[in-house]
Formats: sequence, C-alpha cells, structure tokens
Amino acid sequence: MMNNGVKQKNGHTFKRIVKLLFKYHPVMVPILIFCVLFSAGVATVPAILQQKIIAIIEKYQVISDWNGALKQVLPIIIFLIILYVVSIILNVVYTQLLAILSQKFLSRLRIELFSVMQNLPIRYFDTNKHGDIMSRYTNDIDTIRELISNSIPAILRAAAVVLSVFVIMLYYSLYMTVLILAGVALMLIVSKKFGGGSAKYFLAQQKAIGKLEGFIQEMMNGQKVIKVFNHEEKSIDDLEVINEELRMTGFRANACANILGPVIMNIGNILYVIVAVVGGLLITLKVPNISLSQLFHQEFAFFGISFVVPFLNMTRQFTSNVNQLSQQVNVIVRSIAGAKRVFDLMDEEAEVDEGYVTLVNAIIDEEGNITETNNHTGRWAWKHPHGDGTTTYTELKGDVVLTEVDFAYVENKPVLHDISVYARPGQKVAFVGATGAGKTTITNLINRFYDIADGKIRYDGININKIKKADLRKSLGIVLQETNLFTGTVMDNIRYGNLEATDEQCIEAARLAGAHDFIKRLPEKYNTVLYNNGSNLSQGQRQLIAIARAAVADPPVMILDEATSSIDTRTEAIVQRGMDKLMEGRTVFVIAHRLSTVMNSDVIMVLDHGRIIERGTHQELIDKQGTYYQLYTGAFELE
Amino acid sequence: MIKILSRSLRENKKPAILTMIFMVLEAVMETIIPFITALLVNQIKEGTETRTIALTGLLLVGMAVLSLGCAAAAGVFAAKASTGFGKNLRKDMFDKIQEFSFENIDKFSTASLVTRLTVDVGYVRQAFMMIIRTAVRSPLMFIFSIVMSTIMGGMLAVSFVVVVPILIIGLLWVAKKAMPAFRRVFKKYDKLNESIEENVRGMRVVKGFAREEFEKEKLAKASEDIRQDFTKAERIVAFNTPLMNLCMYINMVVILFVGSMLAVKYGGTKIDVGQISSMLVYAMQLLMSLMMLSMIYVMITMSTESAKRICEVLTETPAILNPQNPVMEVKDGSITFNKVTFKYAKTAEDAALEEVNLKIESGMTVGILGGTGSSKTTLVQLIPRLYDVTEGELLVGGVNVKDYDLTVLRDSVAMVLQKNLLFSGTIRENLCWGNPHATDEEIIEASKLAQADEFVQTFPDKYDTYIEQGGTNVSGGQKQRLCIARALLKKPKILILDDSTSAVDMKTDALIREGFKKYIPETTKIIIAQRVASVMDADLIIILDDGKIVDMGKHEELLATSSIYKEVYEQQTNGGDDHDE
Repeated sequence: MMNNGVKQKNGHTFKRIVKLLFKYHPVMVPILIFCVLFSAGVATVPAILQQKIIAIIEKYQVISDWNGALKQVLPIIIFLIILYVVSIILNVVYTQLLAILSQKFLSRLRIELFSVMQNLPIRYFDTNKHGDIMSRYTNDIDTIRELISNSIPAILRAAAVVLSVFVIMLYYSLYMTVLILAGVALMLIVSKKFGGGSAKYFLAQQKAIGKLEGFIQEMMNGQKVIKVFNHEEKSIDDLEVINEELRMTGFRANACANILGPVIMNIGNILYVIVAVVGGLLITLKVPNISLSQLFHQEFAFFGISFVVPFLNMTRQFTSNVNQLSQQVNVIVRSIAGAKRVFDLMDEEAEVDEGYVTLVNAIIDEEGNITETNNHTGRWAWKHPHGDGTTTYTELKGDVVLTEVDFAYVENKPVLHDISVYARPGQKVAFVGATGAGKTTITNLINRFYDIADGKIRYDGININKIKKADLRKSLGIVLQETNLFTGTVMDNIRYGNLEATDEQCIEAARLAGAHDFIKRLPEKYNTVLYNNGSNLSQGQRQLIAIARAAVADPPVMILDEATSSIDTRTEAIVQRGMDKLMEGRTVFVIAHRLSTVMNSDVIMVLDHGRIIERGTHQELIDKQGTYYQLYTGAFELE
Repeated sequence: MIKILSRSLRENKKPAILTMIFMVLEAVMETIIPFITALLVNQIKEGTETRTIALTGLLLVGMAVLSLGCAAAAGVFAAKASTGFGKNLRKDMFDKIQEFSFENIDKFSTASLVTRLTVDVGYVRQAFMMIIRTAVRSPLMFIFSIVMSTIMGGMLAVSFVVVVPILIIGLLWVAKKAMPAFRRVFKKYDKLNESIEENVRGMRVVKGFAREEFEKEKLAKASEDIRQDFTKAERIVAFNTPLMNLCMYINMVVILFVGSMLAVKYGGTKIDVGQISSMLVYAMQLLMSLMMLSMIYVMITMSTESAKRICEVLTETPAILNPQNPVMEVKDGSITFNKVTFKYAKTAEDAALEEVNLKIESGMTVGILGGTGSSKTTLVQLIPRLYDVTEGELLVGGVNVKDYDLTVLRDSVAMVLQKNLLFSGTIRENLCWGNPHATDEEIIEASKLAQADEFVQTFPDKYDTYIEQGGTNVSGGQKQRLCIARALLKKPKILILDDSTSAVDMKTDALIREGFKKYIPETTKIIIAQRVASVMDADLIIILDDGKIVDMGKHEELLATSSIYKEVYEQQTNGGDDHDE
C-alpha cells in the first residue's frame, strides 16, 4: 500500500513536469515531440530497405549480374539517402530545440521558484534549514535538467523505435516477433531489477554524502578547536566510519549501474544468436512464414535469409534502445525526487497580505490638510480607503502602540503574554531581558514577520493588519544583530535601504552611522565590492554598513536589534554620537545586551518569559532595585 | 598532479588494473562476436546442416556469456576501485588538514575545504571510473574494429577512411568550443546560486526593506543571462548526436551499396550477406568508441579544476611541524615574550604584534584589555604555538616553544577560543575532548569549577544531554562555561580564556575566577576580556593597542597611569557618561 502511494505520487510529479513543459512552451514542446518521434521512426525504416537489398543480392548473386541488380538497388539507396537526410535534419532540429527549450524551461522554473520563495512568510525561513532550501536551486534543478534533456527524449525515442520496429517485425514474421518480444521482456525485467536497485543505492549514497558533508562542515568549522585540543587523531577516526559508509553505498550504487549496461547488451547478443539459429532452423525446415505482408499481398512465402538479416539488425536496435532507456532509470528516480522537492517549495503557502492602507507622498499644508501627490515631498501619509468609498489620509508620524498582545510561534506554546507598549513619535523604547524572553519576537510582530494571536498593534492609529505589508515595512527601518550584506559594492549595499537615494545621500547616511571613516580607507572606498556576506569586513564594520543602510531609508520608526553588539565599547562610544543623531526625531525600538546602549531610552521594558515585568526610565528602574537593577549590577546572566 | 593523486590509489590499484584487463577482454569478445555472427548468417544462408549452425550458435552464446562475465566483473571492480579511491582521497585530504596549522587553515576558507572534500572528490572519482573503464577499452575497440573489418570486409573498410576523420574533427570541434563556454557558464551559475543563498539567509532584510520585487527582477535578469550562455554551450554540444548519426548513415549507405555490388559481382566469394551485416556492427562499434573517447576528453577537462583544488590541499605544507628531538615536558607555566614581532603574512607591511616584551610568572593571573583589532587574540595564540612568531622568541616554562613536542605543548597550554564551539554529541563526549580518560568525578569537578555543573544537573539527561551541531540547544553563557570546563579537564599549566565569559553574568564570572584562584593556583591564567570587571583583580593587566603593549600593571596603577584603561573603566562602571541622567 505504502509503496503504491509513493509510486502514484511519483507519477504525479512526473505528470506535473510534463504539464509545466506544455504550459511554458505550448508550441515548442509539440514540435519537439514530433521531431523526436519522427526521427526515431525514420531510423527504423532502413531495416526494411536492407531486407530488400539483401533479397536483390540473393537474386542476382547467382547470375553475377551487377547491372541488373544496380537498377533495383539504386532507387532503394537513393530513397535511403533521402530518408537519412530527413532524419539528420530532424535530428539537428530537435537537438537544437531541446537545448534551447530545456534552458528556457529551467530559467523559468528557477525564476518562478524564486518568486514564490520571495513571497513566503519569514516563518518558512525560520523553520527550514537554509542549506535545504538552497539545494532545490542547485541539486534538484540540476536533476530536472537531466530529466528534460536526457531522460524524456530517451523515453520518447525508445518508445518510437520499439513501436515502429514492432510493426515492421510483424510485417515480416510473427514467430520472430514473438521471439524478440520475449527477449525484450527479459531485458526490461533485468533493467528494472538492476536499475531500480542502483537507483535505491544512489539515493542511499546521496544520504551518505549529506551525512559526510554535515560532519566535514562541523569539523572544518571547529578545526581550530581540534588543534587546540590535539584532537586530530580522534576526528580522523570519526571520519573513517562515515567515509567507509559512503564508500560502501557508493560501491553498491555504481556496481549496479555498471553491470546493467553489459547485462542488457549481452542479453541482446544472446538474443541475436537465438534469432539467427531459429531463423536458420526455420529456413532449413522450410517453415511457411506468417506475417502482415502476406495478409496484404495474399502470397505465400517460405522463410528466407532476407528475413533473418533485418531481424538481426532490429534485434540490435531494440537492444541499444532498451539499454539507453535502462541507463535513464537512475536519473529518472533521482530527478523525480528532486522535482518533488522543488514542487514542495512551490506549493508552500505565500504570505497573505490583505492590507489596503498604503503609504503615499503627501503635501501637508499649515492647517494640517493632507493632499496626495506623486512627487517626492519628504512627507508621507497613510492613504486609507473606507468601505463607504471615502478615503482619508493620516500623516505618517511613527506612533506605535501595542495593546495586550499575545503571541505563539507554535500553538499552545505562548511566548508573549499581554504585552502593551506605547511608543510616541520620537521616543526611544528599549527591551532588555534574557535570551528567549521575547524581545526579538516583539519586533517581529511590529513589522508583521509574524502575526499576533490576540490584541492589537496600531501604527499612527491604524491597525497594522490593514496596512499593506510592503508599505508597513517601508515605514520601519530594521538593523539586526546578524548582518546580511549582498554581493555588490558598499554603495549598492547602503542604497538597498532606498533605491532612489543619490550617492551623496548614501554617503551622508554612512557618515551618520559612523561607517564613513572606515569605508573611505577601503581600497576602492564606496566602490569596494563585498563578497560572501561582506567577509572581507569585520563583524563590526558590517554592522555599521547595515546601520547606514537603514539610515538611508529614512524611516520614522527604527528597530535596532542588537545592532551594535559586535562593535567594541570604545568604537561604540565613537559611533554613539552618530547613532544618537540617527535616532533623533524617530521612534526607536532598541534591543541590546549591553546596558550602556539602552540607558538613555525614554522607557525601558524588562522582559521575562514573554511578560513585561518592569518598565520605566533607567533611573526609575535603578531606584526600584528590581530585576533591571540586578542586570545592571551584573547579578543576572543576560544571554 | 597525476602523481600526487595516484598516491591515494593504494589498495585500489589492483581492482583498477583488473577493471582494465576485464575491459580489454570484453572488448576482444565484442569484436569477435560480429565475426562469428557473420559466419552464422552465411551458414544459414547456404543452408548448412542444422548441427553446424547450432554449434556456431552455441559458440556465440558462450562468447556472449563470457563477454557478460568480463563486463560485469569490470563493472564491479571499477565501482570498487573508484569508490575506494574517492574514500582515500577524502581521507588523505582530511588527514592533511589535521596537520594544518592555523596559518594554513586561514588560507583555505571552511566552505572551500568542504567543497574540496565532497564535490571535488565526487568529480574526480567519476572521471577516474570513466577512465579505467573506457580509456583502455575505447582505443582498443577502435583498433580492433578497424582490423576486423579490414580482414572481413576488405574494400568495405574504405568507408571508414571517409567517416572517421569527419567524426574526429567534428567531435574535437565540439569539445573545444563547448569547454570554455561551459566553464564560463558554471562560474556564472555559482554566482547566481550564491546570490540566491544571500537571499535565503537575508530574507529578513529583503522583507524588512520590502525588496521582494527588486530581488525578483535581479534574479530574473541573472537567470536570463545564464540561460543565454547555457543555451549557447548546450547548442554546441547538441551537434554531437546528429554528427554521430551522419557518420553512421554515411557508413550504412556506403557499406550497403558497395557491399551489394561486391557481393553480386563476385558471386559471394569476396563478400557475402553475413559480412555486410557484421560490417554494419563494426562500423557502429568504431564510431561509438570515438564518441566515448570524446566523452572522456570532456570529462577529464571538466574534472581538472577539481583535481587541481584537491592537489592544492594535498601539497600544502603545514606551516608548523614538530621539531626533531622535541622537549617532552613543560616544566611550569611561566611565559616570556622576548621582542616578539608577528605578521600574519610574511609580506604584510603592518605587523600584528610589534616588539612585545612580557614576562609572566607561573601561577599568575593576567588580564588583557584592548579594542577590536588590537591583537589580543593574536598575542595569546602564539603561546600554544598556533602561529609561529615572526621575529623574537617566546619561552614557555623556560624553553622556546619551537623546541617542544606540539602535542605536549598544547596539552599543557589550554586555550578557550573566542569562537567557542561544541560538537554534536553528549556533554560528556564534548568535555572528554579535554581528557579522553577523564572519570566522572573529574568531569564533575571541572564543571563545578567552570560553574557548569549546576545547570547541567538541571537537564533531564545531565551529562548525557545531546548537544546539537553548533551547540544550538544551550545558551551562549552555558556554552562558554562548558568550553571552560572542557579546557580545565586538560589540567593545563597555562589556561587562556579568550573573551570566554562575555555571555556569562558577572556574578558567575567572578565565581569562576575565584575558583581558579582557589583550586588551580599553580596554573598560569590569561584572561582576555571586554569587561574591566573580569580583569580588575588580576596580578597583571596588559593594555594592548594596535599591536603594542601600551600599558601594564595592576588595577590601581593603571587607573592612575593609563588613560585608555581609565576611559574604559569609567565608561563601563558609570555607563555612557555623557548622555545618561
């Protein structure tokens, strides 16, 4: 039962690929299929012509009359040449088409996959391993490439050849057809056994590679620790176990695959002999032939050599096609597994956005009347269409209010209880507390990376559920502890915050963030290209660029989640002035491990197990001598 | 390169050679079979006795079985040899990496080492299997086919003279044209995947700035760019099949036409039906063998890059090797820096450490302070000889570190790295890195000293709690304390903590330091810290700035003399002075 279910799913995946192929290329795919089938079909016709030529040879050999034979042979040869030319043309057309089509298909698939991924909620990225997501773009798409450019054409070709050869065989002789069919059946059984076996082992090998990769990744990361502890011998021993496992599965998979080809080819050879011997017997025993051609021509014929030779060649054709097909079993199994993973990602539910309140440029006159404009005015307003057809505008100020918010990542495991926070425009609100207390979670809710379970969050008095996500996030600048930079110049990375920013604005932002000093010492200054998440910079420098990136977006609300954690206290003191300026006039949410970073906040919230247990200014909390005081004096562990 | 790689063959040489032998035998069979087949066909045609036909048939079946046996044996041996070779390559590389010193490790990035050990070995292994299976067989097959068809077909073999050069030139053209195109594509492809990875990793940034559409466009453009290049490359390779077919068809036509002419003219004395059909088979074999050769050519060129990368690791010379006649005992925990200068690269202009002079008595507690980039870590990494000093000398226990046996030295100098790492495995297994033979009492004792026992006891599985890869299921502070316990289990003469208590609360931090003083007074303790409080009570505090020791002394002395120390101290104790209250 289980097995059946899996099989059905495999069939489903395969069907879906074919459907996608047709959907993406409604014209090219049929042409391609036609070319493949036709060229394969054409390739079998020569067998008939061969039989004719041999019959002619037999007839004229006795009298050694080449001139007489030539008259009959020549038209056949010319026909053959024409057939071949057609076949070659078709062949060129379909191989070229296939190259174009498969790449187009993959590119579209990749783009679609990426588009779907971009629209997935953050939850997906938090709950799936990044390596796992990545492998769909690399390994899985690669196997689909093999499927489309090798396996599917091979299946089509083999099907066409088998079918047409079958018809031709029937045309000649029933006995022989039955004989060859028996041989082919045997080949199919063998290829299913070996091919299936090798596919199974290949999947096991894939798993073993994954395990080895995990081990090596961990060891290479910890290589310095290994050195310090003289642990080299032990890790060599550990590798041996996993390495041997991989060798074993690899050996099984490759051995199966290596044997399959020769087995099929030699079953073919034996079949060839049997066909020859049986043919010989039929000739010597003068057995009357039964075939379609007799039905057509109503003539009676004995079995002759002119039947045997084409059959022998057809046996070869059969064999090599079955062989080619059997070599694909592996690829098909692997690529269907890969395709399934790609489709799994494609079928993930996208982030829902039912928001309708948008952010627009605005002109605000002295009385506070707001008019929408397309020009960039530096002032923004929320455009709020109502059910009754009217539209109101609210100035974007940065007033964020959380009322009695509850939240759980996993149902029944609440991480936030009854959180109420009032951040007036221009205020600095800090969250402190141990790891897992829910600090970051609160910020995840404000920008709707996750949706609250209960309570309300309002931005400038508007329920954030009503605001279009993109616009909500545009109005919030975030700087995270884990800095992510993109491949590109420093300037590109800063401009990421505001694609319309001029170079001057970017540099200004970098100055504000305190990043300008080190950037101007980089070899190419702002044009220095960053690779690999900015691995050529120190963690602190990367954080400074991330701050500049948020600064250039110029949002009324900023979220700084451990934004300066990797900057040492001395540098932070230098950066602090810039940071203060950056925070001026903005609503800021700060999460920091270092208390010196949060001390000057308008209000500090101390979180513990998802609840706000203390709130107040630094001085108030110190005077209170509660948890904050203990944290401040170092009596509590923070991380 | 071949020489270096072949060193990893070892026990796989035999199966590799056996593969080739069986492959040759199989090739011989494959070429004789059509010869006998021709005989059989002619026998049938001439109406020879059934018994003779059956005998010839039997002979053929026997040969087919033999050929099958050889091919199957070759297949199994090839699988054995290639997977064994792959395993050895991985092992040799891994062994070599274990010999690497920090300098070597810095040179190769972690990601690149992982690729070399997995993907690159995979390519080389595949190429190797292909080579042993076909590199001998294909040329032989080519020669056999020519010889046999000349023997059998005589004149008919002339058609090969036309076809073979066409195919060779064609295949070479395709391979030559396609190779660089593919190489370009693969580079771009890697870049594309890197940029996708950036997106996966930085999804919070993308979404935070509402840049989904921007990223989609960026990818669509890059993907389109790759598609064009990829299509170009694939279209070149796509000519292989029609080219092969063209040659095969020319052959067919020539053999059929000339064959029938000869057969008819000479009444079957020179050539007959059987020979014609066998000639067609030989033609096929011949062309296939050329095709295989071109595939090998492509495979080899493709895997050359991988082979190069593997060789880079295998031939890397470890920067630090064990001395001859090493000193096998570290007497005490005293450390002396004598005008030590250190550069990360010999050619670097700026020294990471400049003329450092320092004397630390055995049993002292030393604190090191300094901003990022002040070379605190660099300084302490020289002590267990993780790097070698560029100039000057460094003595531990009165002996130059270069004279010690490396294992002895590193067992005596325990270092808790700034980048703490626990490995997947139980807590006990992790702690035993410090001492594989540690008893439960010793483990608990060390954990108590590191203030780790208390929280470990709260875990349901206690010391058998499984630590996930990267230690994600314990908090930062807990991880740090476990790392300290692991180092303590070595019972070192010198203990170095490189910013190892940054996530530990101050009270626990103080308890740890107190414990050190009480229970391991003989051990020299070097503590790098960000917090002044962590080093305040040390016997000696060193202030580093820009690779130089700028101030040195006890807390009170430094408060009076060192402006940097005073600044940091005030900032941390009073908090960011200028903007609070």
